[in-house]
Amino acid sequence: MKHIVKILSLLVAISAFWIGLLQAAIVPRSHTWLLPIYFVVSLGCYGLLMVGVGLMQFPTCPQEAVLLQMDITEAKEFFRHKGVDVGSD
Amino acid sequence: MADEKENIGEKKYKYSIIIPTFNERLNIAIIVYLIFKHLRDVDFEIIVVDDGSPDGTQDIVKQLQQLYGEDRILLRARAKKLGLGTAYIHGLKYATGDFVVIMDADLSHHPKYLPSFIKKQLETNASIVTGTRYVKDGGVHGWNLMRKLTSRGANVLAQTLLWPGVSDLTGSFRLYKKCVLEDVISSCVSKGYVFQMEMIVRASRKGYQIEEVPITFVDRVFGTSKLGGSEIVEYLKGLVYLLLTT
Repeated sequence: MKHIVKILSLLVAISAFWIGLLQAAIVPRSHTWLLPIYFVVSLGCYGLLMVGVGLMQFPTCPQEAVLLQMDITEAKEFFRHKGVDVGSD
Repeated sequence: MADEKENIGEKKYKYSIIIPTFNERLNIAIIVYLIFKHLRDVDFEIIVVDDGSPDGTQDIVKQLQQLYGEDRILLRARAKKLGLGTAYIHGLKYATGDFVVIMDADLSHHPKYLPSFIKKQLETNASIVTGTRYVKDGGVHGWNLMRKLTSRGANVLAQTLLWPGVSDLTGSFRLYKKCVLEDVISSCVSKGYVFQMEMIVRASRKGYQIEEVPITFVDRVFGTSKLGGSEIVEYLKGLVYLLLTT
């Protein structure tokens, strides 16, 4: 099934649960009305947390630039010997 | 010629490496050299799809053909810049390998990772092996904080909305089983990097097995290109399109 259908089904299930809570009044209604807002805000905070954590742990590889330069030099030497004119960057 | 791979006593596979180029006169030569260096015992062909580069890229490729053989390097050029997706489709027409590798010509994708792609595919029999920059043994060099932030934000958004099953959605260093690439590419319509996302998401939805290998990405181009508002809008539009149609 299409992905959007999965997401909508999930939202419908959550909404049904929320409406059920409203009707059953196990939790005081004033709290229950605010639940969707809590949900959206938590989702937003989780997203921001994931972005922040990912940014802090962002893998970098400065040594790769050096290795690449060495590879470029090696290749240029090879082509110079073979008479292939690769010109300059 | 008793040239069997010692770890796998089965048939040897052939790999077609498709490289779209536009004004990559120097880089294409270096890439070809590095591919031959790192794939010594592998049966492969390189298909260069050049879009009428004015800087003499095709002349260099012809010289490389003299050096390495016209059966190893195929030049299948087009008249003008026609886009990445169609470049792959064009290259696919001439591919005679069992597997197809796609990679960029600007040296951001290093051929030294090709053996790890091949090994991963042979170990897992995956339909697609995709390179990921965002895991521990991977990495990016050449991005400032802002660029990393947008990349990370874009990734979190895409993961939340699409549940794609891969960590690097916009990466374009991938190995496909040839039949799988043909199947997936025929159903993709996007352009640019959204095209790369569409490919991997559609493949995931179709149930193809996708494995990842860490790669490092050296961006020497970033300083010259900008990641502006219009790019962000394009990306968001692409996400919504993928959310609704895959």
